[in-house]
Amino acid sequence: MEEPIVQYKDIHKSFGDVEVLKGIDLDILPGEKVALIGPSGSGKTTIIRLLMTLEQPTSGIIEVNGRNLWQMTDKKGEYIEADDKHLRSIRGDIGMVFQHFNLFPHMTILENCMLAPTIVSKKDKNEVRKTALEMLDKVGLSDKVELYPNQLSGGQKQRVAMARALMMRPKVMLFDEVTSALDPELVGEVLEVIRDLAKAGDMAMILVTHEMDFALDIADRVLFLNEGVIEEQGDPREILVTPKSARLKDFLVRFTTNR
Amino acid sequence: MSSIPDISLILLKGLKVTLIVLVLSMMLSTIIALVAGLSRVSNNRLLTGFTKFYVEIFRGTSLIVQLFWFSYALPGLFNIHLGSDIWVAVLAISLNYGAYMSEIVRGAILSVPPGQTEASIALNLSRFQRMRHIIIPQAIRMMLPEYGNYLIQILKATSLVSLIGLTDFLYYGNIYRSTHLTEAPTVYILILIFYFLLALPLIGFTRKMEKVAKKGVVHG
Repeated sequence: MEEPIVQYKDIHKSFGDVEVLKGIDLDILPGEKVALIGPSGSGKTTIIRLLMTLEQPTSGIIEVNGRNLWQMTDKKGEYIEADDKHLRSIRGDIGMVFQHFNLFPHMTILENCMLAPTIVSKKDKNEVRKTALEMLDKVGLSDKVELYPNQLSGGQKQRVAMARALMMRPKVMLFDEVTSALDPELVGEVLEVIRDLAKAGDMAMILVTHEMDFALDIADRVLFLNEGVIEEQGDPREILVTPKSARLKDFLVRFTTNR
Repeated sequence: MSSIPDISLILLKGLKVTLIVLVLSMMLSTIIALVAGLSRVSNNRLLTGFTKFYVEIFRGTSLIVQLFWFSYALPGLFNIHLGSDIWVAVLAISLNYGAYMSEIVRGAILSVPPGQTEASIALNLSRFQRMRHIIIPQAIRMMLPEYGNYLIQILKATSLVSLIGLTDFLYYGNIYRSTHLTEAPTVYILILIFYFLLALPLIGFTRKMEKVAKKGVVHG
C-alpha cells in the first residue's frame, strides 16, 4: 500500500462562531486526482486553503510526506505552532491556482512565471527563463510572454496562473474553482490544460469544482462535502451517477437543473 | 519707491534657505514615512504601538508649536541641541509630515488585494520577499498621487521656518515690508508668485503620478 502524500486527521476549522469543517479525515495518494464537490459554504475551499497554509486549522493535524504542517517541535521536543520557516520548508511541495487568478499585475507574464523559481528556489535566471517559456508554450501563450496580466482574457490569465504554479514543480496542485470567474466560452481552454496535466502527471491534484462532467472525466475519486463533513466519497461514476445519500442526490438534481 | 525687480532680488536671497529646507524635508519625511508606515503593518506589537504613538502625537499637535519646541524648549529643558536652525526646521517638518505620510504608506499597503499575498504564499515566498517583490511595488503606485500632494504641503510649510529665525523668502519679505510699509501688497504678491512657481513642478509630478496610478493594476 502506497504512503499518502497528504493526510488530514480530524481537521476542524472555525471562523468565529461558525464551524466550517467538522472533523475531516482524508488521505491523498501521490499522483491521485481528487475532486471536491458540494454546495457553497460546505467547506470545500477551506480544505485546500488549509493545506496551502492560507488558513490555520482550529484543531487536527495535516501531514505532508509524513511531516506535520502546522506544528513543529521546539528544542525540548514539545509541539509548538509552526513558524514561517517551517511552513516554507513543507509548502514547497504544494501549488495552488486561484479562482481569481491572482497574477502579479506589475509584472509581465514571463516575470510572473520566473519570480518564484528565481528568488525562492534561487535557480539560474537563464535556465528559469527557458523553462518558463516552455511552460507558457505548453499552455498556449508563447506569443503573450511580454504582455501584462491586464492585457489578457480571463482564460489566458488562468492559464498563466497554472504555468506559474507549475514552475515550482509541486507534488500536489490545488485548484480552487478555477473556472468559476470565467466567461462560459473561456472555460473550455482552461479545463483542457488541466486535463492534459491530469493525464500527463504523477502530480497529485485536488480540484474544488462545479464542473461535474469534468470531475467525472479526470478524477480518480470524488468527495461530496456537506456542512463541513465528507458526506460521501468514492469512484466518480458511483458518486455522480448513482449517488447514495439523499443530500447528494438533492445536490446533483439542483445542480443540473440550475445549469 | 522700489521696482518689482528690486524687491524680487531681495526676496530671492531667501531662495537658498527655502530650497534647502524643502529638499531635505522631502527626503527625510519620505524615509520617516516609509519606516513608520511599514512599522504600522508589522507583526511586532511593540513596534506598531510605538509608531502609532509617534504618528498621533505629531499629527495631533501643530507644526509651529513643534518648531518652537525643537528650537527653544528642548535645548532649555533637557539641554538637547539639535544643531543648526536648518536642521531643527527640517527635523520638525519631516517628523510632522512623515507622520501624515506614513498613513498613506500604511493605507496603500493594506489596499493591495489579499489575493496577492495568497498567491505569493502559494509560490512559497518568504514574508520579506512578499513585501519586497509583490506588496511594496504595487503599494508605491497607489501612494504616489497622495504623496505628491504632501510634497506641495511641505513646500508651503517651509514658510513657517522664518518664525524660528531662518532667512527664507518670507523672512526677507517681512523685513523689507517693515521698512517699506506702503509696498506690502507688492511684497506679498511676489512671495505668493515665488511659492507658486516652486510648487509648479510638484503639481506636475502629482498630476503625472495620478495618471500612473490610474493605469495600474488592481485586478490580476
